[in-house]
Amino acid sequence: MSSPAPVSIDATLELLKSGDYIADRSLATVLYLALKLGRPLFCEGEAGVGKTEIAKVLSETLRRPLIRLQCYEGLDVASAVYEWNYSRQMIEIRLAEAQGVHDRGQLAADIFDERFLIRRPLLEALSPHTEGAPILLIDELDRTDEPFEAYLLEVLSDFQVTIPELGTVKATQKPIVIITSNRTREIHDALKRRCFYHWVDYPDLERELEILKVKAPGAGERLSRQVVGFVQELRKLDLFKAPGVAESIDWATALSELNALDLNPKTINDTLGVLLKYQDDIQRLQGSEAAEILRQVNADIAAQPLG
Amino acid sequence: MNALPDASPSSGRPTGRLANNIVHFARTLRTAGLRVGPGQVLRAIEAVEAAGLGKRDDFYWTLHSVFVNRRDQREIFDQAFHVYWRNPRLLEKMMEMLLPQVGVPALPEDRKQLSRRLQDALQPGRGEAPREEDGEPPQVEIEATFTVSDREVLQHRDFEQMSQTEIDQALRAIAHLRLAVPLRRTRRYQPSRRGARVDFRASLRRALRPEGLIDLRRREPKLRPPPLVVLCDISGSMARYTRMFLHFMHAITNDRDRVHCFTFGTRLSNISRALRNKDVDFALQKASAQVEDWSGGTRIGQTLHEFNNKWSRRVLGQGAVVLLITDGLDREGAAGLAEEMERLHKSCARLIWLNPLLRYGAYEPKSQGNKAMLPHVDEFRPVHNLDSLAGLIAALSTTPVGDKRLAQWRMDLRKSGSDA
Repeated sequence: MSSPAPVSIDATLELLKSGDYIADRSLATVLYLALKLGRPLFCEGEAGVGKTEIAKVLSETLRRPLIRLQCYEGLDVASAVYEWNYSRQMIEIRLAEAQGVHDRGQLAADIFDERFLIRRPLLEALSPHTEGAPILLIDELDRTDEPFEAYLLEVLSDFQVTIPELGTVKATQKPIVIITSNRTREIHDALKRRCFYHWVDYPDLERELEILKVKAPGAGERLSRQVVGFVQELRKLDLFKAPGVAESIDWATALSELNALDLNPKTINDTLGVLLKYQDDIQRLQGSEAAEILRQVNADIAAQPLG
Repeated sequence: MNALPDASPSSGRPTGRLANNIVHFARTLRTAGLRVGPGQVLRAIEAVEAAGLGKRDDFYWTLHSVFVNRRDQREIFDQAFHVYWRNPRLLEKMMEMLLPQVGVPALPEDRKQLSRRLQDALQPGRGEAPREEDGEPPQVEIEATFTVSDREVLQHRDFEQMSQTEIDQALRAIAHLRLAVPLRRTRRYQPSRRGARVDFRASLRRALRPEGLIDLRRREPKLRPPPLVVLCDISGSMARYTRMFLHFMHAITNDRDRVHCFTFGTRLSNISRALRNKDVDFALQKASAQVEDWSGGTRIGQTLHEFNNKWSRRVLGQGAVVLLITDGLDREGAAGLAEEMERLHKSCARLIWLNPLLRYGAYEPKSQGNKAMLPHVDEFRPVHNLDSLAGLIAALSTTPVGDKRLAQWRMDLRKSGSDA
């Protein structure tokens, strides 16, 4: 059975924490509002800051089914909402002919029946579920084109879709909708207006440390501190793609797998590919600049030992 | 000082006055340029009701989640919030200010560093006044063709207004624009007699008609013009053409969807939103107010770097075509230009360079900027007759420089590169 939605912002924060997601208060506020008022949550942010993770954690902690719609260019109603099972329909027509059914109306009613309907994520999310309203994750909405966005507008405001042959399907329980975007293009204001908007930012030093403690428990305290300090410094540089939280976690895990207890310039050079994904960025960092940042991070740690 | 004047923290329900305050707050935001409609105000009141008023922070993020829907609005919202909800009496003052007929009292000193837009929103009339005062006497413009100005001239530009006949001509010319950019196949389909794919849905509907066999319907991919990104050089050496290019960008922005326009000289400005306005004079006025480096120097490498880092991932998706309008004369001796051109070239579907210098028959890529850029373009276009929009459009519709000539230049470049 599903758990009830949180009753306050603090409870939302706790709920996320129980799912190993360390959120800041702004995210908890927006999420609480989205849950309470039954409106979609629109998360925008750089890649790897944990936008998609929010939906996964919610599904786990609230024990609701997670329905994911991965967007891509050219996504259409047939792959997002529903499709008829054409081959079965054709067989049905042949069977009807063989049995001598000549009533066209009867035939139409027979072949455009729920039995031949293939449900895609959006329709699935509107159908009743025994575990309570599902969580609908519409991932990377910026990858689709504008026509699909316009279609989504209708679905998200009324939570209903129309199938011409069957009629309108309306959700009995509104699904919890989480939309993410990487901003590879601007989403239209009309869609954003129907949602609660949140820009998911990179975490600050304390929160990122906490995240590493939960997500990369293998890394020692000193190593985690160095990793977070280093990554935070990198984000201040003018890089083509600054490392996200996902990269910090990967890096800390990779380093602990290599049995590193302490960061040194050589290990950094060898593992920089885990952190940075563009050759220009890697080239720039390799060698003296990385060593310089590390020196500064170590000095900071020496100045402020962890309590 | 109590952060939230009109509601007791325990009740958690906004009273009538808080609702009023939210309405006024929304009006302030709207005047400051955020797109806030009545629907959002209702939603905000509902949201505050749901979240309660326990903490100032929660209240902040509650309003934030409703009123802000772009990342660049956060700054304005943040400032507006802190000014607005700090002092209930300040609020009354500001309401007075929002009403034009009431005299405007002086604002406290600590508001100096507020953003200009918000200041204008809070005190209409005051924001405009200083602008006129420090407007400098018109400067004598020096024709800077073929020279690279070293000064960063920060001045606003007045454009002659277009007459209605000119506008009509421009629109007609745009209709004939044939940018030699192939239409892009999308992943959507349309019915077609000879399409390669079977449209099962249409076929089955068809099958219900009283005929014997199932008659297969077909479909084919839809074609669509790709997004267009215009990067226009507005430095001193291009000053003669700037007006025409701005009119061109406005016309093409309003002619098709997915057009993004940037200007660059010493800095990069995105003027797409300003140009989207239908009225050409108003749009150009807005755009020219936004751009600060008219007729100054050129830092092509640096501005392209900014474009690549900040914008390329947001506007170059879905097979975008880039139209780069510049004479390639760079103030900084083409520092870093080749690398940035290479990145730009690799992140778009097609890079077209429109060079006004090319109208001279004897053009050779001599300057460092030209040498750095030439290897990284797909198409190199001359522009003859830049005196009218029709001329520019005609130039864009003609065939580009022959591949032979381009290849020859490139080979010469490589040779001279290996000699050095």
